[in-house]
Amino acid sequence: MAIDWLAIAPEVALTVTALLVLAADLALRGDAKQLVNPLAMIGTVVAIVFAVVLWAEAPRVAFEGQYVVDSFAVAFKLLFLGTLLAILAISARYFAEGRYFQGEYYFLLLTAFIGMLLMPSARDLLVLFIALETVSVPAFVMVGMRKRDLYSSEAALKFFLIGVLSAALMLFGMSMVYGFTGTTRLEGIAQALAGDAGSVPLLLGSVMLVIVGFGFKISAVPFHFWAPDTYAGSPLPVAAMLAVASKAAGFAGLLTIAFVAFEPVADVWAPVLGVLAILTMTLGNLVALQQRDLIRLLAYSSIAQAGYMLIPFGLARPGAEVVNQAAVRAVLFYLIAYAVMNVGAFAVAIGVNRRTGERSIRDYAGLGTRSPLLALAMTVFLLSLGGAPLTVGLWAKFAIIEAVAVEVTVFGLVMASFLVVNSVIAFFYYLRVIREIWFEPAAAEAPRLQPALSLSVVVVVLMVGTILLGVLPGLVADPTVVTTFATGG
Amino acid sequence: MDPNTAGWALVVALFLPLVGGGALALMPAALDQQIRRAAVLITGVSFALVIAITATFDFGRSGELQFVTDVPWIAAIDARFFLAIDGISLPLFFLTYLLTLLCAIYSLKVLPPPGKPKAFLALMLMLQTGMAGTFVAFDLILFFIFWELVLVPMFFMIGIWGGPRRDYASVKFFLYTLFGSVFMLVAFLAIYFQSGAQTWSIPELSALAPFGSTTFQTWAFLGIFLGFAIKVPMWPFHTWLPDAHTEAPTVGSVLLAGVLLKMGTYGFIRIALPILPEGATRFAPIIGVLAVIGIIYGSLCCLAQTDIKRLIAFSSVGHMGFVMLGIAAMNATGIQAALFGNLAHGIITGMLFFLAGSLHERYHTRDIATIGGGMLKLLPRYGVLLTYVAVASLGLPGLAGFWGEFTAMWAAISPGVGLADSYQGLYLALVVVAALGTVLTAGYFLWLLQRVNLGDPPERWSSGHLDDVMTIEWVSWAPLLVLILALGVYPRLVFGVQDAAVTNLVGFLGG
Repeated sequence: MAIDWLAIAPEVALTVTALLVLAADLALRGDAKQLVNPLAMIGTVVAIVFAVVLWAEAPRVAFEGQYVVDSFAVAFKLLFLGTLLAILAISARYFAEGRYFQGEYYFLLLTAFIGMLLMPSARDLLVLFIALETVSVPAFVMVGMRKRDLYSSEAALKFFLIGVLSAALMLFGMSMVYGFTGTTRLEGIAQALAGDAGSVPLLLGSVMLVIVGFGFKISAVPFHFWAPDTYAGSPLPVAAMLAVASKAAGFAGLLTIAFVAFEPVADVWAPVLGVLAILTMTLGNLVALQQRDLIRLLAYSSIAQAGYMLIPFGLARPGAEVVNQAAVRAVLFYLIAYAVMNVGAFAVAIGVNRRTGERSIRDYAGLGTRSPLLALAMTVFLLSLGGAPLTVGLWAKFAIIEAVAVEVTVFGLVMASFLVVNSVIAFFYYLRVIREIWFEPAAAEAPRLQPALSLSVVVVVLMVGTILLGVLPGLVADPTVVTTFATGG
Repeated sequence: MDPNTAGWALVVALFLPLVGGGALALMPAALDQQIRRAAVLITGVSFALVIAITATFDFGRSGELQFVTDVPWIAAIDARFFLAIDGISLPLFFLTYLLTLLCAIYSLKVLPPPGKPKAFLALMLMLQTGMAGTFVAFDLILFFIFWELVLVPMFFMIGIWGGPRRDYASVKFFLYTLFGSVFMLVAFLAIYFQSGAQTWSIPELSALAPFGSTTFQTWAFLGIFLGFAIKVPMWPFHTWLPDAHTEAPTVGSVLLAGVLLKMGTYGFIRIALPILPEGATRFAPIIGVLAVIGIIYGSLCCLAQTDIKRLIAFSSVGHMGFVMLGIAAMNATGIQAALFGNLAHGIITGMLFFLAGSLHERYHTRDIATIGGGMLKLLPRYGVLLTYVAVASLGLPGLAGFWGEFTAMWAAISPGVGLADSYQGLYLALVVVAALGTVLTAGYFLWLLQRVNLGDPPERWSSGHLDDVMTIEWVSWAPLLVLILALGVYPRLVFGVQDAAVTNLVGFLGG
């Protein structure tokens, strides 16, 4: 069977770029090595062009139905590639100045994103697993890039051990699912589960194991312990990648496996994920209240955000197509909004941290006078993370409550009330940072900040995006209304 | 301008301050005076546009929506960009633009530390769009956006330019209000799905009402109630108010009391009552009881205050109690009274906060005992103004404060929509207690006047020099002082405008 090259064009573009970057890093000497960053950007833009073309061409089915490029997948691919572009831009100065291993970093970054591009298209357990590992393995190395920094090494080790453990659990679950259903194809599993196999307790147990594996990736409670230490110890652009792109990839995989393969047993996993949602957002927010380090605060906040995004999973029911579709859409919209505002927040943190090494919340005192642009942007991003009006964050929360309201259940209302209460708690610590930025005077010796041009561009674009989508959420919401899972061939 | 076609006028008037605020933010910070003048210009032009809208408003059809703009906004959730104005919106809309203009004029001279007129005025203009938008949005989602938009600039105004406890007050204000409004949003969503009409349009939903079971109506009303009652604020949700009002800078307090609190009562009348009439009828007695508790509680708290600004803040709790009593009556007279009381409170208490702010500018303290009396001798013009506004606030007939309170009590004697059958005794008791509240109100205001105005000024003040009312203050206060008298002598000025709109609205209540 001929290979549908267009269907995998973005992945191919990124693979070629990754190899070129590696070769360029070997060939170039000295300052010329910095050219790898623009090279990677060009490759990303090419991949974006292919993805946009695919948007019109979807759905396409390749590799005998193991690989499906539907509107759901393309939406995720665009999300990943956009994030990649932003992360490349905020990495440039950070890595150029830090005397890191530039070529390796960009190669590993691009490789991780290839894995992410595979994730939403995978319709086979093995492809899904390979995608997941392609995201994880480069990330293990990237976290530990600051070799001589003890924290970085600790972060990498912690991340690696927990990542491997989760992969092992997931693989174990997958093998048992295969044993019971006799197939690794997601649709085949769904058929088997809809039949007699759906009532076997051990099979349901293995389904939960697979889901738990993704729980590590999205740092849901109680599998979240690695996240704060890892974010705090890794280079900041890598932390941004883990907090946004890698998490979104986890959600992409979880959505596919939950709503395509395990949909017939949704009544088993939905309550579990719903309870995890409640625990994740509550714990994340309560611990975030205690943080003094901004990166750790953002880490716990992103745990809480994952909790919000798990709510729609708790709504799923077997066969209830309207509810399930609304749930998938809500998660997708939230992820897009989350990517815009959270990459933005990390970008500002990099801008502040780059030369001064500042990262505690107290260091943000008087940022309003030290760099009005960064201060304003951070305010917008934090307000958006909280869900204030005229920012995209409000619509993200709205999308979730809307999904709850499609078919009102008691459990749905319980989750929604937790969301409401948690939003208020979350504002408390977001406002704490905003207060430092604007209400407190800057320390006397604090220098004015001069963020790099590429970083400023990213910050401005994301800030404008946050507000633009806050005024006209239809720009994203209207096209993604049609995102659905296409059936493999 | 033709009120049937000139929807643009409303859109321009609404967004001019926001755009102007953005432009202001781009001016170099060194141009201190120019920035302040630009803010006066922006608010002045917007106000002129609002005067033009008021002048061309068809008062014969004040019950209908005029200056309508209704275009699709977010197709995915059927939200529309639906702006319009009717007899209920117009007075509040007008007041918003008037007060902001006066605040801008006042800020030409007076700005609390740390100065920074650019940031302050840009935030004020953003606030203006938020407040004004709430009164003219006829789509629930759009309403919610404007409603929430108000929080952010007010948070910064209190937090940066506020008094000593600004940190605490600003966060408390933000979180408390946010808490209420998220429940309101959930209730809006419930209404959207329950109606099944794929619309957020307030007039359409009102026409569809009542829909859903009584249980649904009760729960949805509870959600909306939380949002609005916190904003009003009703006892026992008022605790953010004394802190926010006391710590806010003068302009912030004026806008908080003058406009922000009105958003809550307006929301009850515009959204909660017509869309959820059954829920409203079930809640009306509870609202009535809470309102009257608020009247008594607010007055008693006022008697105990030593800080003049905090006293005025607590007086708002009592006054808004009268407004809510009018709403609890659920009849045309009651709603008229509530709307009138709303407006009168905005003008009078806004003015009182101006006075309290200026007093602080002069004495550098707000402690009544430290000020210590004799103001009529020391600052005669200022003393007269304080007397005039204070007696207006306590509800002296002939001034604006009287009509709202008197009519509210009058309306509550015979509540509408069948409430009279089952709760006649309760409502009668409420009116009696509320009447006692007016006596307490008179008590604390007269006592305040006695302590501040009468007697001889203490040594420390009479030896120094204190400026009497400045020109800039006369300019920014005169319109309010005139309105207090005009509305008192000729209440039809407002009652007449609202009449047809209120009649329509009461039609939805099924009374």
